[in-house]
Amino acid sequence: VSLPPFDLLLDEHGPSVHRFLVASVGRDAAADCFQDTVVSALRSYPDLRDGRNLKAWFFSVAHSRAMDGHRRRHRRRETPVDRHDAEPSAPPPGEPDDTLWCAVRRLPEKQRESVVLRFVADLPYRDIGVITGCTEAAARQNVRAGIKRLREVLA
Amino acid sequence: MSANTSDLETRLQQGPAGDDYAAAVRAARDAAAKAGEVDVAYTTTDSPVGPLLLAATDEGLCVIEFGARGDSLDDVAEHISPRIVEVPKRLDPVRRQLDQYFAGKRQRFDLDLDRRLMRGFRRTVLERLFDDIGYGELTSYSELAEMAGSPRAMRAVGSAMATNPIPIVVPCHRVLRNDGSIGGYGGGLATKRWLLALEGVEEEIPDTKR
Repeated sequence: VSLPPFDLLLDEHGPSVHRFLVASVGRDAAADCFQDTVVSALRSYPDLRDGRNLKAWFFSVAHSRAMDGHRRRHRRRETPVDRHDAEPSAPPPGEPDDTLWCAVRRLPEKQRESVVLRFVADLPYRDIGVITGCTEAAARQNVRAGIKRLREVLA
Repeated sequence: MSANTSDLETRLQQGPAGDDYAAAVRAARDAAAKAGEVDVAYTTTDSPVGPLLLAATDEGLCVIEFGARGDSLDDVAEHISPRIVEVPKRLDPVRRQLDQYFAGKRQRFDLDLDRRLMRGFRRTVLERLFDDIGYGELTSYSELAEMAGSPRAMRAVGSAMATNPIPIVVPCHRVLRNDGSIGGYGGGLATKRWLLALEGVEEEIPDTKR
């Protein structure tokens, strides 16, 4: 497989991977997640068997790191009654954000990741399915459900 | 309702506000270098002969590219490693020695070279050139062919010069045509003349036109 210089990937997709992480885990956690994403992407880069869909591959690495970030935060929090409602309702002080992105982060996991991969990362449903471990149809359904829920919450 | 929906989707597409990407990507590159996941570090720098791209591995300097467009990195990805990341700090010693050279304060480069982009006979030619032709010395394609042990391989010597991955340090600017005229140069003839003038030998070239 002939792979392009990693830095070209970073130039091309780095900004949207970073936005994806800010959307998924919040601004503070995104800094660490982005570092982890770049380090772990570089680690596995030379072993890639298929250089055709590097964008989806890069986002799948970012998605795993984002999921790790969410798990770490949930473990730190004590006895969350309901995973989704356990999220803080307001952004921490000093974190510029708005109600939309807080609402996104309070979506159920699959809906949140699918919505963010669809709109912020601009990935097709097929890739979203591969990344989140479901079918293309299920990915489409997760996005639809997420949007519906966001509309209800933000109404 | 549907206007509302598309408004929502537009806002999602715009993504969360954030202007801290530059800092984030710098930190990520540093973290990757520290974690040992960068095989080839590169940077770009200004010089009296225009922008240069410099790239190095653990073995040493592997690329100096005139114009710094980054075309040489494809070759690096294919023949050395695709784990190529911009880590300017790793090129500091190279940049320092180049600055000294351009300022006329250095005549020999004390740098390790990664020669993996030089292959076969071309490598032999470039190694002879690097080891044997010093500051302010001039040679010719035929002389160099002889030095490399194949006196008739002048054409191969020409292609070794044309594909020299580390110009300036591997001094292909010191190679002239057999009739003593200036010949060609990957960095442009103006650059070749500038380098030869720096080394004080430009006057020795006949028909030097500006």
